[in-house]
Order: sequence, then C-alpha cells, then structure tokens
Amino acid sequence: MLMADASPTPATLHEIVRDIPSTDRCFEIEDLTIAYGDKTALSGLSLHVPRHRVTAFIGPSGCGKSTLLRAFNRLHDLNEDVARQGRIVLEGQEIHAPEVDVADLRRRVGMVFQTPNPFPMSIYENVAFGLRLQAALPKRRRDEVIEWALESAALWDEVKHRLHESALLLSGGQQQRLVIARTLAVQPEVVLLDEPASALDPISTLKIEELIRNLKSHLTLVLVTHNMQQAARVSDYTAFLEEGELIEYGATDTVFTNPRLARTENYITGRTD
Amino acid sequence: MDITSDTHSQHISKQFNQELEELKTHLMTMGGQVEKQVQDAVTALLESDSRLGERVSDDDKAVNEMQLKIDDECTRILARRQPAASDLRLVLAVIRATSDLERIGDEASKIARNAVALSEAGNGPKGLVEVRHISEHVRKMVRDSLTAFARFDIDLALQVVHEDDAVDSEYTSAMRSLMTFMMEDPRSITSVLSVMWVLRALERVGDHANNLAEHVIYLVKGLDIRHIDPDELDEDALKGSS
Repeated sequence: MLMADASPTPATLHEIVRDIPSTDRCFEIEDLTIAYGDKTALSGLSLHVPRHRVTAFIGPSGCGKSTLLRAFNRLHDLNEDVARQGRIVLEGQEIHAPEVDVADLRRRVGMVFQTPNPFPMSIYENVAFGLRLQAALPKRRRDEVIEWALESAALWDEVKHRLHESALLLSGGQQQRLVIARTLAVQPEVVLLDEPASALDPISTLKIEELIRNLKSHLTLVLVTHNMQQAARVSDYTAFLEEGELIEYGATDTVFTNPRLARTENYITGRTD
Repeated sequence: MDITSDTHSQHISKQFNQELEELKTHLMTMGGQVEKQVQDAVTALLESDSRLGERVSDDDKAVNEMQLKIDDECTRILARRQPAASDLRLVLAVIRATSDLERIGDEASKIARNAVALSEAGNGPKGLVEVRHISEHVRKMVRDSLTAFARFDIDLALQVVHEDDAVDSEYTSAMRSLMTFMMEDPRSITSVLSVMWVLRALERVGDHANNLAEHVIYLVKGLDIRHIDPDELDEDALKGSS
C-alpha cells in the first residue's frame, strides 16, 4: 500500500503563482528575509497576495507570520535592529523605493491589531483622526466620510446617536469595529489584520468575520490568525508558515480538505510531527 | 498528501485519536455483520434453508441500529472537533460507507425473503449456478473493499472498482439465460422471477461495494472519483504521491 509522502518539498514560487495571474496580484513578495539582530524571522520567502481577496497566514507562534504582515506597510522601519533583504511590491511598485512616502504607504495599507486600540477621545474623533491628518475636508464632507466608514465597519447603527461619547465606553467588539472604521476612513487599498478577533467573544468575532467578507468587494485583506476555523471560514487563500519559511500556500478549500504536505496536515489537524 | 492507517492516531489530543479509532472499529464491525448477512442469505437460497433466511431479515435490524450509532458518532465529532483535512475526509467517508453498508444489508434481506419463498415453494429453482457464481464475486468485492478501508489500501480499492464492470456483464448474461428458462418452461416463471430478483440484489451489492472502494480513494487521496468511468481513471496519478 501507499505510504505518506516521504520527502515533501516546500511549495515553489512557480506553484504558488499558478493560481494568481500577474494582473490580479496586489502584493508580490520575492525572496524576503527578515532578521531581528542575529535571529532570522523569515528566510527567503516568496508569495503573491491576490487583490480583493482574503489571504490568511497561519502557523505556530514564532513562525514569522506577524513579521511578514508587518513588513507589508514597513512597520519594521521603526525598529533599528531589523535587517531586511528581498522585494515587496505593492501594485507594481517596490515599497522600499526612495520615492515612496511611508505615511502614504501606511494610509494605503492599513493595519488592525489584536487588542482594540481606540484613542481616548470620542467615537467621531477616532474616525476623524486619520482624515484630519490627511487633508482639510469641509465638515459636511468629513461627516459623510465618517458615516460611510462606520457603515462599512458595520458599527453605524449602534453608535449613530452617541458619536460624541468616549470610544472607551464601547464594548471590545465595538471598539475593534471602530478601529476598522478608523482604518477605512482614509480609504486604504489593503487592510492587514493581526489576530483581529482573538480578544473578542464569539458573536463579536462573527461580526468581524462578516465584515471582512463584505470588505473584500473593494479591499485586499490579509489576516493573521491562530484560529484555524476562522482562517477556514473567512479566507480565500491560506499560507502556512513554519520556522520562517512558507511551507504551503493555496486555495483555502484545498488547504483545509486535502493539503499537499504532511507538515501542513499535521498543523491544521493538531498532530505531532 | 497521502495518508496511512495510523494517520488518525497521531493527534495531540489522545481522546480525539480514540474517537476516530472507535469510529473505524465500529464501521468494520458493521461491515463484518453485513458481509455475514449476504453470505447467510445466499446460503439460505442455495440450501433451501428457510430458517436461516428468516434470521437474515432479523439481523437487518441490528445493522440499521449500527448505522444510526455510527452516524451519531460522526455528528458528534463534526460538532465538537471541527475536523479538517484527512480527519474530515475520514468522517465523510465513514458516513458514506455506513449508508452503502446499510443498503447492502437491505439487499441481503431481499435475497433472504426470496430464499424463504423459493424454499416454501419446493422444487429447486433454475439459475442457482449463476447465483452461486455472482454471489462469490460480489462477496469478494465487499470483503476487499472493507479490507481496503481498514488498511487505506488504494491498490485494492482500485481493483474493486474494476471488478464492478465484470459483475455487471455476468449479471447481464445470467439474466439472458434465465429468460431462456422462462421461455422454455412457463411453469417455472414464478421461481425464475424470484431468482432474477436475487441476481438483481446481488448486482446492487456489487455496486455498493464499488462505492465503498470509491470512498477509500477519497479518504486516502482526497479525490472524488464517484462519477468517473473506471476506464478513464488516471491510475498512475492515483497510485503515485499527490
């Protein structure tokens, strides 16, 4: 009888891009290596993130998935110990090119973290914050954008009568949706989500997941999660990372029903190697 | 990736290993019971043993209960464990397999009912040679498909898939001979019709054994070959590593 694949090889770039035509790529990561001091967090990783889809990064703690996510809007620039090699191309442009304005890059590529981090100000001011930094809009126009952002984040109905109350009075789930509204207000092209629902109750989690599903009609979403079922529920593509390497990357349907490699199978089904 | 018969015993959760192991054991017990039912039904017919025939119908109740029990276990695993990858395929394959086994049990009951009727009508019916021949063939298919399931053996499963065509042609030619018997001797029509029902049931048993083998291929390779002509299967790709 047949035995399990004895010598699995990590997915090659060629196999990964097969499903994602060059015109549909939002991010193209090529041979990316990132090290913190002498510790390598990502080694020679290549992958393409499709536009207007949800891509999930899964893998054990310390596998490099958050490092990878943070590289997408150059958050590592803030840390002097970080060394990077390789290319990250957003919509055809290398994001480390000298002419790229980092503030504008971070407007285009927004980020939502694990713990909701609303500013200690009103709900309205939280969403207006990025807008005010960006351009001086007439109040009427600004109000419209704020309503649109809160609507898009599925929060408008819950807060429309209390926009000037403190954001800190909202529940955890509402705070996280407020943070998403704040990110959406500056009209990003990509939203990076680092464990966006891990501190939330199941109902709030489902609301965030529904929101992610709705946002992909006009945004590219990249999600880091430890919750395998969440990756299976919301993502179109799943990348499995282990020890700083991309092990398997493919359509979520395939990765969760018939993964190509034993390492992926073992991780998603909770087996030991 | 391909999986082996111990793939499902390597989870961090020992209890989950145990649940999946029990699921497989229960499926094999049900398979053994169904295999015996078919054998007893055919023996009852060939040896005009109406008492054995009646017992087969009683055994069917036990098989039905096993199906409910295994389905219940599968529901619980789906709800509590949210299995993925090969674990998910195992649960799906078991659900499908119990349904096929239960139907094999139903076909065995049909054979047994005809055995009782023929035995009560007296005089040995014609066509028993064909019954013996086809029954041996389909019983081997059932046995092999269950062995393939127990060992996650793709080669054996593929062999069963190919056997089904042979059974279908044996069935067609047996039916032709029985038609001849009826034309030659109209008084034999009632008993020959009963034998035809038996052959029809045996042919259906072969179909279900074929389904079981297809579930094994789905389980091990993640490929659903249910609606693919066996002659068009790319066996090298199936046998090679995915």
